[in-house]
Amino acid sequence: MKQFIQDLSEKNHHQATRLLQILRAIQSRYHYVPADAIEQLAGLLNKPRTQIISVVEFYSFFHLQPKGQFEILISDSITDHMLGKINLTSYLARQLKVAVGEVREDGIVSLDNTSCTGMCDQGPAGLVNGYALTRLDRARIDVITDLINQQKPLAAWPVELFHIEDNIHKPGLLLKQQINQGAALNVAFKRGLKETLAEIDKSGLRGRGGAGFKTAMKWQFCSEEAQSERYVVCNADEGEPGTFKDRVLLNSFAHQVFEGMTLCAAIIGAQKGFLYLRGEYLYLYDQLQCILDERRKAGLLGIDILGQGLNFDIEICMGAGAYICGEESALIESLEGKPGIPRNRPPYPVTQGYLGKPTVVNNVETFLAAAAIAVNGGDWFASVGTAKSKGTKILSISGDCARPGIYEYPFGTTIETVLMDCGAANVMGVQVGGPSGTFISNQEFDRKLAFEDLATGGSFIIFDESRNILDMVNNFTHFFAHESCGFCTPCRVGTSLLKKQFDKIVEGHGSAGDVAALEELCQVIKGYSHCGLGQTAANPVLTTLERYPELYQDKLKKISYEPGFDLDGALEIARRMANRTDAGAHLTQVGEDHE
Amino acid sequence: MSKTITIDSKMIPFQEGQTIMEAATAAGVYIPHLCHHPEFTPHGSCKLCTVNVNGRGCTACTYPAIDGQEILNETKELNDDRRKITQMLFVEGNHLCPGCEKSGNCQLQAVGYYLNMLDNHFAHFFARRDLDASHPDVLIDRNRCIFCTLCVRASREKDGKDVFAISGRGINKQLVFNSESGQLKDTGLGVNDQAAHICPTGAILIKRTGFTVPIGERRFDHNDIAETGLEQEHSDHG
Repeated sequence: MKQFIQDLSEKNHHQATRLLQILRAIQSRYHYVPADAIEQLAGLLNKPRTQIISVVEFYSFFHLQPKGQFEILISDSITDHMLGKINLTSYLARQLKVAVGEVREDGIVSLDNTSCTGMCDQGPAGLVNGYALTRLDRARIDVITDLINQQKPLAAWPVELFHIEDNIHKPGLLLKQQINQGAALNVAFKRGLKETLAEIDKSGLRGRGGAGFKTAMKWQFCSEEAQSERYVVCNADEGEPGTFKDRVLLNSFAHQVFEGMTLCAAIIGAQKGFLYLRGEYLYLYDQLQCILDERRKAGLLGIDILGQGLNFDIEICMGAGAYICGEESALIESLEGKPGIPRNRPPYPVTQGYLGKPTVVNNVETFLAAAAIAVNGGDWFASVGTAKSKGTKILSISGDCARPGIYEYPFGTTIETVLMDCGAANVMGVQVGGPSGTFISNQEFDRKLAFEDLATGGSFIIFDESRNILDMVNNFTHFFAHESCGFCTPCRVGTSLLKKQFDKIVEGHGSAGDVAALEELCQVIKGYSHCGLGQTAANPVLTTLERYPELYQDKLKKISYEPGFDLDGALEIARRMANRTDAGAHLTQVGEDHE
Repeated sequence: MSKTITIDSKMIPFQEGQTIMEAATAAGVYIPHLCHHPEFTPHGSCKLCTVNVNGRGCTACTYPAIDGQEILNETKELNDDRRKITQMLFVEGNHLCPGCEKSGNCQLQAVGYYLNMLDNHFAHFFARRDLDASHPDVLIDRNRCIFCTLCVRASREKDGKDVFAISGRGINKQLVFNSESGQLKDTGLGVNDQAAHICPTGAILIKRTGFTVPIGERRFDHNDIAETGLEQEHSDHG
């Protein structure tokens, strides 16, 4: 192992900023990060061991204890649940003879859950040693079980297990036609970079991650910074459950995305760019590297791009299982090889980003659109959409509909239209923008996709009338508690309290006042959290409480006093020790039997 | 003309580059806080110092003072929420004041009193957290750690040692020590290090000194934390 770590560190030039990439390689080889490896790395990278440990313990895909040679993770998105994930996981656990959260005794296989893997249109989904598995069913699980028990290397597994469809069902302005390689850069150099920025400004393009900051303004601010070392970062940490459009864009439109990044570099004067790719999309890594190579060979990346004196290259950095890294300052921390903890703002990344230098961070879709706008002009884009939301939005549609997949719509399109197109029937409601977004009921389908009404990063999850809304809220609330980075008190403690308080009500242990307490807790989390994760973590409860208060109230016991825990459950240990199972060894909750 | 902000209608001058907390402290205005200490890089994590700046919630210890800001600090709404945040810290760890050596000198306890916190309000986590008594002079009780990172910053910025770090994610965070064994005794921590004295709670204690100042004569026994305020922090550690 010593040699392996030595070589690995050397390959990464002993740079601590490369820590995540180094740890990914160690986890991949040994299925954990051994203490000896941490000691050795601390020396090689000249960092305190505690900083390395804190990175290992921050990211879900790193482990201090050994996992199986086959690490299986099952996606825990609500859409996977809707496709029967719970039963399938139990089946898988039985077949593999390993409990969820455990490593099998022979060390061959481990099984656990993981946050949404971005395959909601073809779930139930999972990961094996980081590679995406789709459309899991009992037949596939039987095949997988055999392969694991025979210890077949992944390279020998049937390719259809890993097959991933794009599922583009409704292409629009951007998806109908890709730009030719180099077209955006050629036009931009010909037109002039300032003039091209003016076109992007004219297009009205706003950030596609959800927050909607004007792209041209961000690029302008960054270009005006005094420091000349600047960076372009493409945020491909698509972690919002129900979102998978960036997966498709990077699979089929990567040239254009990289071109958008290069265009940004030309305009702001950056020499280096990063694509921060979520760990769940490992399967895209090799093909993206090939595309970067092609672009270097074509003179579209590297030294003196298109003979215009622009020097710029792009490096792909992989995440390791942390939703919070989709937040731009957390992403930058992660790029620097640290835990993904959002920074205090100001300063903003455009003034102090990667390594403290001016940095533009944009979503995959934003760079894609910027490249198309450079070619087709600002008016082309601004001619569709609404007053404050120009152009189109690419949606990832999943849940209860006939044709889940990718749909592109002009801003201003109603929810009704979207539901018709994807073949959704008897719809109870839609979660727009993922768990951090808004739940809208079937009374509101005239509402529009737009920053001025329903802003969304692209997640669009449909629930029909057979679904229980509280199951969804439960899934989302547990998700946020799991993904909270733990930096600030309201989010670290609050999201866990919210989970407990919600569970208490839903499991029937709530009494009068518990719904009010739930809402009060939500307001503290929303109002005082450090970043967007905490500020939106209570949205699932708040938006459903607003629309369906009776769902919550009906769960409350109609008694004046109810213990905050399961009385009978608490006696379980005593019963076991006393070896009793008779009725006298059981208690009912106070109030019901004694009136 | 010097630049000013107003806090609860009081005009407060500030110098360019100061945070709201720095300007307030210099003017003798107390803003509740736990993770902040004037000698260390602001952290902004406890969120107790949240103030309302021109209608928006901002962390006073990290947010820059800007000419003309109208700031609300001592409002019922803010203090009610600050109390809830303090209660969150109490239920997250295991804080048993009557049995804690730090009682009376503890900032967490003092902030609780200041905010009129009469109960813990939320359900307790009863987290299992480890003690480390391996060091000859310093005891660490993780049950009382509130992740303010003051010891982390003090060790790095003042002692030049990097003895401490916060590891883990979310509710599973924990204080870890920089030694191969993971034990405190094998780190370079010395009893005179700032990091050993900076803890706002009873998570880091100096052994054999717990009761040299008797209960009843301690820092917050007769004065609330707003009065003793930052001046005391300066004289203790500066």
